Order: sequence, then structure tokens, then C-alpha cells
Amino acid sequence: MGFEQFGIVSFTSTTKAEKFVDLLKEGKVCGTACKSCGAKFFPPRSDCNACLSDEMEWFDVPGVGDLITFTQAMYAPAGFENDVPYILGVAQFDDGVKVFGRLDKSLKEENIKPGMKMKLKVVDLDNDRLSYVLTQA
Amino acid sequence: MPKVGVIAVGQSAFVRAYPGSIRELAFEAFKDALGGSGIKTEQIDASVICSAPEYDKQRTPAGLVAEYLGLNPQPTFYVESVCSSSSSGLRTAYALIASGLHDVVMVLGFQKMSEISSAESQERMGRGADIQWEAPFGTMMPAYYAMYARGHFEKFGTTEEDLGLIRLKSSTYGVVNEKAVFRKSLTLDKIMEPKYIATPLKMMDCCANADGSSCVILASEQKAKELCEKPVWIRGLGMATAPINMAGRDTFSGLKCAQLAARRAYDMAGLGPKDIDVAEVHDCFTIAEMMAYEDLGFAEPGKGKELIRNKETYKEGRIPVNVDGGLLSKGHPIGATGGSQIRTIVLQLRGAAGPMQVPNAKIGLVHNIGGVGIYGNVSIFSVD
Ligand SMILES: [Zn+2]
Repeated sequence: MGFEQFGIVSFTSTTKAEKFVDLLKEGKVCGTACKSCGAKFFPPRSDCNACLSDEMEWFDVPGVGDLITFTQAMYAPAGFENDVPYILGVAQFDDGVKVFGRLDKSLKEENIKPGMKMKLKVVDLDNDRLSYVLTQA
Repeated sequence: MPKVGVIAVGQSAFVRAYPGSIRELAFEAFKDALGGSGIKTEQIDASVICSAPEYDKQRTPAGLVAEYLGLNPQPTFYVESVCSSSSSGLRTAYALIASGLHDVVMVLGFQKMSEISSAESQERMGRGADIQWEAPFGTMMPAYYAMYARGHFEKFGTTEEDLGLIRLKSSTYGVVNEKAVFRKSLTLDKIMEPKYIATPLKMMDCCANADGSSCVILASEQKAKELCEKPVWIRGLGMATAPINMAGRDTFSGLKCAQLAARRAYDMAGLGPKDIDVAEVHDCFTIAEMMAYEDLGFAEPGKGKELIRNKETYKEGRIPVNVDGGLLSKGHPIGATGGSQIRTIVLQLRGAAGPMQVPNAKIGLVHNIGGVGIYGNVSIFSVD
């Protein structure tokens, strides 16, 4: 329990990676790295598919990345209707780490371009929930 | 590898809301396939039933459908890879026959998307992605394909109008396909109306939900020759997968699973893109057809736009694609879609495609994608 605090709507409450939420509370967006072979994962994994180890340590997603692609959603699935329009995107960070998520609400679509420098920011949501957004670096 | 042939194909009309139950919907495709084929129910040794379970109220629909079609006590089971379920069914049936386990196997795909309310459907839509790491952001199919559209535009200079031209082609053929849900003629002006769903994709870049069923019956070489005058042979089957999570994707200008599946299918068939006379590709969104041109090798990466601008994918063009209207016009009843694409190609290769017929089509290809490039199935068929 604890993972249900992640995101605008939660679909699952139990995962071995729930420390992700505790780290968000500390203002950190983290992935996992395999202690045995060094493989890095975002989103975090509890098990390494490269060497089968389950010994993981948490690392901060490195500072500044490049926006690869984005879209502004004009319609939304159930539970997200009040948010539209909202922008979703993918950014590339160092060490091969890619991050998918919402873009900061303060960013206007017409000012967003692939290649833009992005960083991650933890955001507090209603009802004691929290998430991260991609925001301009 | 032993030869496996398609001996019968069928499809229901694709409609907004089918006025019957899923068993009755499945029966429509079954009856269409068997009617006039001379094949009898008891000659079918096993059935593979395909749908996307999130739309089914019925648990374990394979048992129900097999009973209604009169296919007890033969083996039956369920195969799922969302939108490419019935192509995965084809792959399964091929293996059952090539292994020698069965001689005649039916693949029946269906989806009654109207089975659940629109509110339930909206809720399920959000769960099509990784529910742990992506769905909490409010994800849906159009948004994912829209990110690929933006990636393609950025890398290759493709435009919204290029995608509009793909919809224009689709509507040309939707008009003449009696089994399509969307049969209205469209103009480019209408298609380009700025009704955005997820930028840069607009209303007309998206296919419609539909209810429908499809049926493909396969047989071993000997049985195919006994039971069918014009069997169509499976020459190549390629399947590949990619990470469900967008963070695991290495490019946003093409679908890796489709590129790999195509290579495997071409290798198995000993054929290449230039050998294909007619193709059915998974155009759930216009951008998906654009990427398919390139992922299948009909055009170099980034040159897909030239194909559609020059009308090369029209019936009269160099490589006709989706001349039955594709998913954009036919509609996309998830579990039935792959079987419907296979049916179109089989009819084309038999010279039985009516107003959609491509003259002298001898080799055809089906490209059927599950999810946003999670599952890629490419299948190649020929008359000999
Ligand atoms: Zn490892």
C-alpha cells in the first residue's frame, strides 16, 4: 500500500517499487539501478531483467533532458475530464533514461517544441496525491 | 515448412451497434465464410477465438462461441493481442496445422464494442496503457499515436495535410465497401477541419469504434486442395513486440515491432516489399498508415508522404494499400480487425474483390498492430 497516492487517478496500489512515492514526497523523481550489473531503469523496476537480480538502488533522474515528442489531449478518459486540455510528452535524459509524463500546466502548446530542454518537478495534487511533471529547464 | 492454405473467409458488416449478442455476431462471419464454400462444420478440427476481453461481458467467450457455431466437441481456445488478436490467431492456427496436430483450423475474431456503455468504455480506454506508470497521467490511444505523428513530422517534415490525404483515400474506398461502417464521401476541406482529438491528430485522422466479426479457415496443403478450388497460401508470418511503456521506445517516427515483423515475414516468404501487389495495413489512425508505408519498406523512412501525395497507394498506383477503406472507413472492431484484413487480401488474390479489385494481384500482405506498437503482426499470402 502507498502507491495509490501516485498520479491523478490510480489503477494499482501495490508494487515493490512503492518507495517511488516516498521519494516523490522528498521532492525526488527516481529510477532504479541494479546493484549487481548496473542496469538503469525508468520507470523503476524491482527486478533486473538483464541479470535477474532483485537488489536495486534508487538514483535521481539526471538534471536536464531533451523533449522528444508531445501531444495536447483535447479529450480524456474517465477521471481526467476536468484536466483537458493537457499535454503529454516524452523526454530523453542522460544515461539512456527516458521519461513519459504530463508537461507543466504553465507551458502553452504554441511555445513547446521537440528539442526543448526539460527537467522534472514533483507536483502535489488534490486529496493527498502526488506526481511529477516535465517542465522547462 | 509444410504449406498451409486459407480455404474460406468471411466477415459480418461492421456497424455502430450490432442488434444482437456476441454469439450471434460471431455467427455472421462464420456463415459468410462457410456459405457456398462446401466446407462442413464437422470438417473443422479446432477453433481459435479472438477478441479483446475488456469489451466482453461474457467470461471465456471461446466456449460460448464454439458451442453456438456447432463446434463441440472439437478443441477451442482464446488468443488475444488487442487490436492484432486475429492475426495472432492466424499465427496460432498456422502452427497447429504445420505441426501436424490438426488439418483444418478456424480463426474467429469478434468485438461488440457497444456491449459496454460509453462511460465504461471511457474508463477502459485509460487502462490500455501501463496502468502502473502511464495511465495515472490520463493516457489514451489517440494521444499515443499523436506523439508518433509529432515525431514523424519533426523528423521528416510530414504535414497534417499528408495525413489528410490518407483519410481521403480511405473514404474513396469506404464508399464502395458494403461492409464498412463509414461510407460517406469526404473532401479534404472536411477532413482538415480543426477538430483536434490529440494534437496534431484531428477527428478524421481517427478510426471509429464498431461491432463486427471475421472468420478465416485454414487447412493443410492436402486438405486445402481437397476442400477448396482456389486456396490462398500463407507464405510468411512475422511477429515482433516492443515495450508497452513509451519510456522504452527508441524512436517516435516508426513502429519497431512492425519493422521487425516485416523483416521476418519477408525472410520466411523469400520476398521483398517490391513483390507485394496489394496490402492491408493497420490504419487505426492516419499516421499509422503513413508509418506502415515506411516500416514495411514500401517507401524509404520519411518518404511515405511521397507515396500518398503521388497516389501510389491508390488502386491504380504502384502499391495499393487499404483499398477496402481500411480501419478508418470500415471501423475497428478490435478482435475482428485482423481477420477482416486477411479476408480482403484473400478476396483480392482470388480476384473476388469486386469494385475494390486490384488487377492481377498475386501476392498480398497484411500488417496488423496491437496497442500502440506493442504487438506487430505481418503476414504474406500468395496464390501459389
Ligand atoms: Zn542486473
